[in-house]
Amino acid sequence: MSDNGKVEPLSSRLMKMVIVGHVDHGKSTLVGRLMSDTDSLPTGKLDFVKDICTRQGKEFEFAFLLDALEEEQDQGITIDTSQIFFNTKKRRYVIIDAPGHKEFLKNMVTGAANAESALLLIDAYEGVQEQSRRHGYILKLLGLTQVAVVINKMDLVDYDPEVYYKIKSEYTEFLESLGVQAQEYIPVSAKLGINIAKTGDEMSWYKGPSVLQMLDQFEEEKTPVHLPFRFPVQDVYKFDERRIIAGRVESGTVKVGDELIFSPSNKSGVIKTIEAWSVENQPETAEASQSIGFTLTEQIFAERGDVAALKTELPIISTTFDVNVFWMGKRHLEKGRSYTLKLTTQEVTCEVVGFKKVVDASTLETLEDQDYLAKNDVAEVTLRTTRPVAFDLFGSIPTTGRFVLVDEYDVCGGGIITTYTPSKTDRLRDEIRHRDFHWLKSDIKPEERAYRNGHQSALILIVGPSGTGKAKLARHLEHKLFELNYQSYLLDGRNVALGVSADIESQHKKQEGEVVRRFGEVAKLFLDAGHVVISTSNVFNQEDHSDLRLLVEPCPVVEIFVTDDEEPEGNFEIKLSQAETEKEIEAANTVYKYLKDKKILTGHNYSI
Amino acid sequence: MDHLDELENQSIFILREAYKNFKNLAMLWSIGKDSTVLVWLARKAFFGHCPVPLVHIDTSFKIPAMIKYRDEFAKKWGLNLVVGGNQKALDEGMNHEKGRLVCCEALKTMGLQAIMEERGYTGLMLGIRRDEEGTRAKERYFSPRDKNFEWNFKDQPPELWDQFKTSFSPETHIRIHPILHWTELNVWEYIHREKIPIIDLYFANAEGKRYRSLGCEPCTVPIDSKARNVEEVIAELKDTTSAERSGRAQDQENTYAMQKLRARGYM
Ligand SMILES: Nc1nc2c(ncn2[C@@H]2O[C@H](COP(=O)(O)OP(=O)(O)O)[C@@H](O)[C@H]2O)c(=O)[nH]1
Ligand SMILES: [Mg+2]
Repeated sequence: MSDNGKVEPLSSRLMKMVIVGHVDHGKSTLVGRLMSDTDSLPTGKLDFVKDICTRQGKEFEFAFLLDALEEEQDQGITIDTSQIFFNTKKRRYVIIDAPGHKEFLKNMVTGAANAESALLLIDAYEGVQEQSRRHGYILKLLGLTQVAVVINKMDLVDYDPEVYYKIKSEYTEFLESLGVQAQEYIPVSAKLGINIAKTGDEMSWYKGPSVLQMLDQFEEEKTPVHLPFRFPVQDVYKFDERRIIAGRVESGTVKVGDELIFSPSNKSGVIKTIEAWSVENQPETAEASQSIGFTLTEQIFAERGDVAALKTELPIISTTFDVNVFWMGKRHLEKGRSYTLKLTTQEVTCEVVGFKKVVDASTLETLEDQDYLAKNDVAEVTLRTTRPVAFDLFGSIPTTGRFVLVDEYDVCGGGIITTYTPSKTDRLRDEIRHRDFHWLKSDIKPEERAYRNGHQSALILIVGPSGTGKAKLARHLEHKLFELNYQSYLLDGRNVALGVSADIESQHKKQEGEVVRRFGEVAKLFLDAGHVVISTSNVFNQEDHSDLRLLVEPCPVVEIFVTDDEEPEGNFEIKLSQAETEKEIEAANTVYKYLKDKKILTGHNYSI
Repeated sequence: MDHLDELENQSIFILREAYKNFKNLAMLWSIGKDSTVLVWLARKAFFGHCPVPLVHIDTSFKIPAMIKYRDEFAKKWGLNLVVGGNQKALDEGMNHEKGRLVCCEALKTMGLQAIMEERGYTGLMLGIRRDEEGTRAKERYFSPRDKNFEWNFKDQPPELWDQFKTSFSPETHIRIHPILHWTELNVWEYIHREKIPIIDLYFANAEGKRYRSLGCEPCTVPIDSKARNVEEVIAELKDTTSAERSGRAQDQENTYAMQKLRARGYM
């Protein structure tokens, strides 16, 4: 089909390239020039724009080919990023023209985040400017390291190699401090079309590629099929008899028959089919970047936000991690405020617990003692989420190691997860995860036990200061449930300490974590047997209670907090005053009602 | 994966994000090739189903064959079709002779506005593409419109790593553009691969004319062409250098016509 001189591009893959740099350094001009010099413009487009310029008494600008908005042409600046398509002999391109003005950084980020290679423009006459550096920094943060630098407007400095070398060495030093190496520094005149699509005699001292040749040297980003399998659940569909778990494979590959673990819930399931509509053959496998859907051999409760992975290569689950962020919000990023973290398909409330380093992105200067992040700057911060999230470090799996922050309705920041130090809870969670994988399930299903017993298993924790009547209530509650033919058992922490934990020496007593773990594991066994386990405790603190919740997951936990505090802090299901607790009959009734309401006590469906 | 798979996978991802995040979502179906591909992609994304209503804004000036095609496929594919329009303006004699931009705004933009208000849609999916013209090249996948339907193109939300703007204040709505990243050629290549039935106005008739872009009869001019089927259209497009929308009169009306129309809620 190339008989009229047009050559079919060699590769049908699209190279996504962004052009960044300081305002007025010639980005839009360069793109317009590239389009026009490679005959990529639609017929009449050039004349059309030239005609507008004459009519409006303006000098023709190649930039007007992209800056299509009236305001852009009036002010001669790019306000928003444009994406245009063009071909070389080698392949097809989409070129993303990003605005260079500081005001429009979020538009630059939008453009750059979608690219796999970048040209960074520097005006030879003005030299390295604020946005030249900021954009360099942001490219690095976005993980875009395939970069060539273009030194433009060489016509304004008489094509002087001295100017070129000076800028080259200054900017090389800057990029080095970021750990980035530009592939080339190309001296050009975008306006005059020198070293863009063709080379000229003006700069015979430069032996490197033209811009067009450079583009063809960039390498296409590989889809991450070789990395561990990650599948964030996007949605679950039940349009017909199939229950399809839909989402996109972010990395790795998967096949029918694979066992998947869903994080953070730790549920597991085996892929029964990979579904697809209007295809010749039903797929048996799927790989990174495919939007797919599958059914499982067993119905489990999976929902949007869960990340499916293979058992041998699970993601990290935590609530606290260190990140690098850049900020685009009008309001500062600061401590004490809540933001929404969007990571893969997970959405969770988070806050900044510490600013480790705040950097002025245009100078790389550290802003000492600053504990907020202003628009256009970057920082290393520690984030804490209200619920555990499943993620990877950006360095290991980029697509599950990056996120955005939403302030009210707007996406205001973006970032990557750099490091993570497991907390005590994280280690416990990891241990539990492994315990659950190897747990031998009884042939009697939990539902069967629940049917027989007239209730689900549940853990009831009665907590609060000592001397408030907790023990009396616990005893009464155990008895009341027993009388009603329920399987209740009061598990006393002391009894566990006397036996199971008897080997914990006094010097280890401080190591409370182990005491809690053993108590929780014992409770877990009773819960597995289908009981309602009741416990009171003065020795366990708030943190221990959340560890206990973790240990017995997914079993429901009912925490009864005995306190006279009007607005007590913490995570509990029922609050009782001391006076209420002391009337143990009424108090036990309150708990009983709650258990019925929550359908933990369902009642016997048969008579004995 | 080839480039069509890549485009398809990205579009499906966006369709599913839209479906998950908007309780009251609709899709605009102009009967043209782009929105028909969008309907097809929805059926891919939702495994043979199209769980959102399809809104068609009927200006009454559409080419009759379009209405016939619309009704045929709505039935065949089991689509939930919702037809909107601006009857009041028509009763008052609105047509393109009152001015093309005035007419487009009255019959299309206001017709759309009315049906959205009536049905309470907060998300609207459209088959526009970046390569169609300059202002569309600057669009987002998820693009907010304020309560007056206006597009604030000077202050668009950042869009990175496929995290889209899905939260918005009441009274505003979001336009979702799942095939924004496709080109005209991609659309035809995909129609070819998937064997999507496309209205035959796109193919050359006995007089050697075909429509490259479909709209209202008085404002859409067919081009000279010999392309009588999908393969021939693809071959023709690979050779042409003229713009896709050059047959659409409203684009040529004045210098920033499309910007003005679109800023006020046009598709
Ligand atoms: N002399 C000269 N002027 C240039 C060159 N490239 C761009 N310009 C001018 O620099 C100004 C800013 O260009 P523009 O492309 O809008 O810059 P952007 O803000 O980086 O997109 C315009 O007036 C251009 O004509 C060049 O190579 N030489
Ligand atoms: Mg520009």
